[in-house]
Amino acid sequence: MLISSIVSSPLRVPNKLIILIRVLIHSVSIVYLSYVFYLAFSGQLLGDPVQYLLDFTGIGAINLLLLSLLVTPLALWLKFGQILRVRRSLGVYAAIYAIAHLTVFIAFELQFEWGLIVSEIVNRPYITVGFIALIVLIVLLITSLPAVKKRMGKSWFSLHQWVYLACALALIHYIWSIKSEELQPIVYFIIGFLVLIIRGKKLNIFKK
Amino acid sequence: MLIKNPAKSSLKENQVTDENVYLSRRKLLKSLGYIGASGLLANSAQAKAFDWFSSDKTVFKQTPLEFNKDQNAAAFSQRRTPEKMATTYNNFYEFGTAKSDPVKHAQEFKVDPWSLKIDGLVENPITLNYDDLFSKFDLQERIYRLRCVEGWSMVIPWIGFELGKIIKQAKPLSSAKYVSFATVYDPKQMRGQRSRFTGGGVDYPYVEGLRLDEAMHPLALLSVGMYGKTLPPQNGAPIRLVTPWKYGFKSIKSIVSIKLTDKEPPTSWNILIPDEYGFYANVNPKVDHPRWSQARERRIMGSSVFDQKRIDTQMFNGYEEVAPLYAGMDLKKYY
Ligand code: HEM
Repeated sequence: MLISSIVSSPLRVPNKLIILIRVLIHSVSIVYLSYVFYLAFSGQLLGDPVQYLLDFTGIGAINLLLLSLLVTPLALWLKFGQILRVRRSLGVYAAIYAIAHLTVFIAFELQFEWGLIVSEIVNRPYITVGFIALIVLIVLLITSLPAVKKRMGKSWFSLHQWVYLACALALIHYIWSIKSEELQPIVYFIIGFLVLIIRGKKLNIFKK
Repeated sequence: MLIKNPAKSSLKENQVTDENVYLSRRKLLKSLGYIGASGLLANSAQAKAFDWFSSDKTVFKQTPLEFNKDQNAAAFSQRRTPEKMATTYNNFYEFGTAKSDPVKHAQEFKVDPWSLKIDGLVENPITLNYDDLFSKFDLQERIYRLRCVEGWSMVIPWIGFELGKIIKQAKPLSSAKYVSFATVYDPKQMRGQRSRFTGGGVDYPYVEGLRLDEAMHPLALLSVGMYGKTLPPQNGAPIRLVTPWKYGFKSIKSIVSIKLTDKEPPTSWNILIPDEYGFYANVNPKVDHPRWSQARERRIMGSSVFDQKRIDTQMFNGYEEVAPLYAGMDLKKYY
């Protein structure tokens, strides 16, 4: 590719900078999530706090997921191998936000009416799709524990290809959850699938 | 009067939460001689936390109204949804599709001058200007449940007059069978009408309709105020419909036209997605919407996630006195 040939020498930064970025990802994700939940618990959000939490965690999960998918192309493009180390942090928080999203749905939207929760997951296709995405993310979260990862050896990589499925399903879930035409989900959908296509291509190129 | 306090329509004690916060805040504002969304907004930490850019925006000025209190007001006073919730969580796509859009983007909406026309198949067409809206009829308070098709609900003290009163004054012709309503079309002021995407793809102006006998039912209210004051724009200022036995989207906002017709009038959500939204849209726990189960609802009683109560949804939202209007109709078919 033209640009990658321009950047001919690999990019290197002090290790400390990478650590700093990771600390930032951790603290921003945790602090922001806790702060918004705090506002919702103490009744300081405008409007319906349940809907707010559902939207905030859903969008948060998608943002983090897309960012995590962009890390690899960025690393290849800039020959910036070090940046790969932030990928895991982003992926972990994507999963945590998605779990928070389901928790809001169960605890605050449907308030532990288990019969209804199950029937909503089964009968509303847009929720079924979100549920499958979430299951995949949880599996990826668990298997990204260093001990598990080590044990899995090569199969870890093929398992973690499933992140594409999770991302595609999450995007479908998002656009399907909207009542009528809205710009933001459509923009997400297009950007998201561009990211997926970029990833797919890069992978093919570099596997050979 | 039957419709004001029918036992079967009133809320049960256990359905609702105390609302001392709302009442005390209200008192405070009153004692300061100041009531308005600005105070409520400025008091909220979220306004500070998330609305950096809107902190210097003007806030729509609401005026206190004189009205006859709902006879049921004493019993209801503990049970209302806080004003702050009802005025910051709105579906009003003319100002954007997010529930937080209307309060953010409607504050500069001009309601005076206004013109509301009642015409079509009538002997005596009427035009009301802004002041007429508040002076032509005695204003009364009606504390109603509002059930949204999305599965949430509120209890709101509206102020207004019966829709039937103004229709009677206009003297419908015998050929009149339906009533059609339209929201103002003003893309300059309504960002949702300017762009397909900001407005959710609705073909504006927003239109709604009722059968004439539904419109004449004493529960159907033309509301010009809520919580003791004129309506804020996000809730449909200066005049809106409230049909509490139907899903919220029937209660069309910022009305400029009421037309009597002989044919079933088109309605906006039905045009947009016909198999999801019907003409009647009566609250019915037995007929699910493709997106939402309608058997139960989440009653918004306060601003914390813990102030939300899940309760059973009642047929006609508990206003069973409207049942005779639909005698013999298959409400699964006419959803
Ligand atoms: C069991 C799993 C899930 C359930 C039950 C669920 C449920 C829901 C519900 C009920 C909504 C709201 C629809 C509405 O506003 O009416 C929603 C919206 C959304 N969900 Fe999920 N979801 C799940 C998984 C996911 C996952 C894994 C993601 C992303 C990674 C996600 C991202 C979103 C987004 C972005 C929205 C739209 C938020 C907005 O409207 O601003 N969801 N979900």
